[in-house]
Amino acid sequence: MADSFPAPAAPADPTPTIPPSVYLIAAHPDWNESRVNRRLLETAQAVAASTGAGAPRVDIQDLYASYPDYCIDVPAEQARVAAAQLVVLMHPIQWYAMPALQKLWLDEVLTYGWAYGAVSSGTGDNSAAPANAPGTALRGKDLWLVATTGGQEESYHPESYNRYYFDAFLPPYEQTASLCGMRFLPPLILHGAHSVGRDAVKAHTETFRQHLQTYPDWAGAETLAYDALRRAGPGIEEAV
Amino acid sequence: MEHAPAWLTNSLIYLSAAVIIVPLSQFLGLGSIIGYLAAGIAIGPWGLGFVTNVQDILHFAEFGVVLMLFLIGLELEPKRLWSLRRPIFGWGTAQVAGCAAVIFLGAWAAGASWQVALAAALGLALSSTAIALQVMGERNLLPTSSGQASFSILLFQDVAAIPILALIPLLGQGTEANEAAAHASRAVEALKIVTVIAGIILGGRLLLRPLLRWIARTNSTEIFTAAALLLVVGIAALMQLVGLSMALGAFLAGVLLAESEYRRELETDIAPFKGLLLGLFFIAVGMSVDFGVLLREPGTTALIVLGFLAAKMLVIWALAKAMRLPFQERPVFTILLAQGGEFAFVVFQAAAGAKVFTPEVASQLIAAVALSMLVSPLLLVLVDKLLMPRLALRGADKAFDEIAEQQEAPIIIAGFGRYGQIVGRTLLAQGVACTVLDHDADTVEAIRRFGYRVFYGDATRLDLLRMSGAATAKVLVVAVNDVEQSLKIVDIARENFPQLQIVARARDVPHWGELRDRGVLQVERELFESSLRSARSVMELLGFTPNIARQKAMRFRLHNIALFEELYPHRGDSVKALALAKRGRQQLEEQMAKEREQQAQRRPARWGQGTDGKP
Repeated sequence: MADSFPAPAAPADPTPTIPPSVYLIAAHPDWNESRVNRRLLETAQAVAASTGAGAPRVDIQDLYASYPDYCIDVPAEQARVAAAQLVVLMHPIQWYAMPALQKLWLDEVLTYGWAYGAVSSGTGDNSAAPANAPGTALRGKDLWLVATTGGQEESYHPESYNRYYFDAFLPPYEQTASLCGMRFLPPLILHGAHSVGRDAVKAHTETFRQHLQTYPDWAGAETLAYDALRRAGPGIEEAV
Repeated sequence: MEHAPAWLTNSLIYLSAAVIIVPLSQFLGLGSIIGYLAAGIAIGPWGLGFVTNVQDILHFAEFGVVLMLFLIGLELEPKRLWSLRRPIFGWGTAQVAGCAAVIFLGAWAAGASWQVALAAALGLALSSTAIALQVMGERNLLPTSSGQASFSILLFQDVAAIPILALIPLLGQGTEANEAAAHASRAVEALKIVTVIAGIILGGRLLLRPLLRWIARTNSTEIFTAAALLLVVGIAALMQLVGLSMALGAFLAGVLLAESEYRRELETDIAPFKGLLLGLFFIAVGMSVDFGVLLREPGTTALIVLGFLAAKMLVIWALAKAMRLPFQERPVFTILLAQGGEFAFVVFQAAAGAKVFTPEVASQLIAAVALSMLVSPLLLVLVDKLLMPRLALRGADKAFDEIAEQQEAPIIIAGFGRYGQIVGRTLLAQGVACTVLDHDADTVEAIRRFGYRVFYGDATRLDLLRMSGAATAKVLVVAVNDVEQSLKIVDIARENFPQLQIVARARDVPHWGELRDRGVLQVERELFESSLRSARSVMELLGFTPNIARQKAMRFRLHNIALFEELYPHRGDSVKALALAKRGRQQLEEQMAKEREQQAQRRPARWGQGTDGKP
């Protein structure tokens, strides 16, 4: 299924008759305690329910509700990922990383010989392997991180208590995408999720809705700009 | 002692005989019935001669059989009885008619007159309900298919005894004289029978429950017990009056009360009386063995016993085959139904009264029946020791070959009901070899097809455990649902196979403690984990997210287990245990409250707030 999509080098450009499909994995340990992520989830659900022409088909997975026992149905997950062009990871950042169950999902679902480890290319490089080779199931897909942090944006600074710019915590995500031959889209981050004003939450939710609805229109240009900023140095958020 | 009244002396004799001999017999592995019979022989006219009025005692103790049938009736709702109508009348008729025909032909061929042969055959075709049901109950066989079959047939025999008793006088001489009168009186009798049975059914439906409710309202347990006894005695008397089997009437009353709310109460009230009287009945049977006849004509008596047992076994074995009873259950089924029964005594006495038999023939036949009742428990012991080990293996050979390679870490599962099956199937899915022990032959047949190594039999038997590889196995899963059996298995395993690790299912908290006492640490309370699952479902329905519901349930689980560990040393001390349990609950509530508080504090706007206080 993955191979019916365009090769990784070319920007995703599916024919207008087939709307892009999205697999959104929402990982929150307790939605009743959530302020921003819950609204994001509701937004995604609204998008998924809309039936406008060209609207993306959004498949939503509430990870902690589906697998409260941490027993992940790997074949089902792989099938849902394989059916999507865009994989969205949506969660609060906990201890500078993704929630435990989301990490377990990566550990168990992104298996060797399926998501990575294209032995046929000789070096294990995903992009060099022939089509349909084992380990290339995710090649050419997009990965989009939609995350919130409890800490304020200013705290992610060498002189504040979090001691690093926030992008210092992104390499595990980026490299996971890279190893699987996926394109890592510019993450959508909201800092200070507990305390940020209502308007800011509303604006953030709206940005998320627009991006989700218009994917993949923005993906090419925004990713190019994001990559350029990343190369320019640390603290991209300050620069933005 | 000289001034002691007779009832006191008698009680002293009977009770001490039973108390001394029955445990001895059980210790020797012979079961309680042989013990009672032996006690009867010991105190009877041919033993120490303490008791001489055997017939009176026998009549009195027959009431134990009546109580037993009342209790059986209580367990059997009318609906279930109705669903059993085909085995009762189909297989029952086949057994009685088949056995009687073979015995009749044998006796006739041996030179008896046809009247004598017929009366003897009809009496000998009946089996001992008391012994058969007692043995089946002891072996936990009643729910199996052979148990159901035996029960149906025995029930039919109780019914069949009525026409047989009615037939006997016709065989006697001198009945032709007043045939017309007899006809008329029989019509009246039939009318009486119908009236009484209809009366019992109607009265049972309409009157008994309000009556019991009224008595229960007095809140006096002994009056309720008295009423329960009166009920059975009354019905028995009524049946006696019209010449029907007392046991049958009691059974009918039991069935009518099976759906009432007083069922359990009646059961607990009647059960001890039944136990004692049944014991007395077996003692009386032991006493009634006429060793005089035996000594005079040992050859003839032996021939009669062997002859009728062989004939009945043949017919019943064929019947078991036709009924497709599981192979392993057939020997017990055959032996239990082959022995003569207490109804035979009644039939033969009636035959002697009607001058069909000479007194000598009657006492010889009665001795033969009593002997067969004595022999059959012994035969059962033989079957257990010699035949069952072989039967347990039968059909398992194929499974043996299939699993032969992966025997390094064999697991033995004792009891393959709902609990054991989940354990076994999970393990088999991992390719782990399991040896299964179960005493229900139908289950055994069914699971053998799935490639399990299955043994039919009781896991409380050392030889069976040894045969299933307990000496080399690593783990024994005790999943039987009977608490006593479970503990017995653990004891045997601990004593004989110290290397065996035990994983056990606990029925309830006391059982959990008993298992702990025996050093079994891997014990699961059978309903604990599934109850927690349901608690999670409820919390989810209340709006907790599945993940949080799980967390709360798991937290409770850990706390509950910790509390159990804490309570365990104080099991005997109920005051202390109660205090600890109370404190435990308090601690849990405090802990949960504290968590909720922390949760609230962690919420927005306090932590990670901007320096200017702006949200």
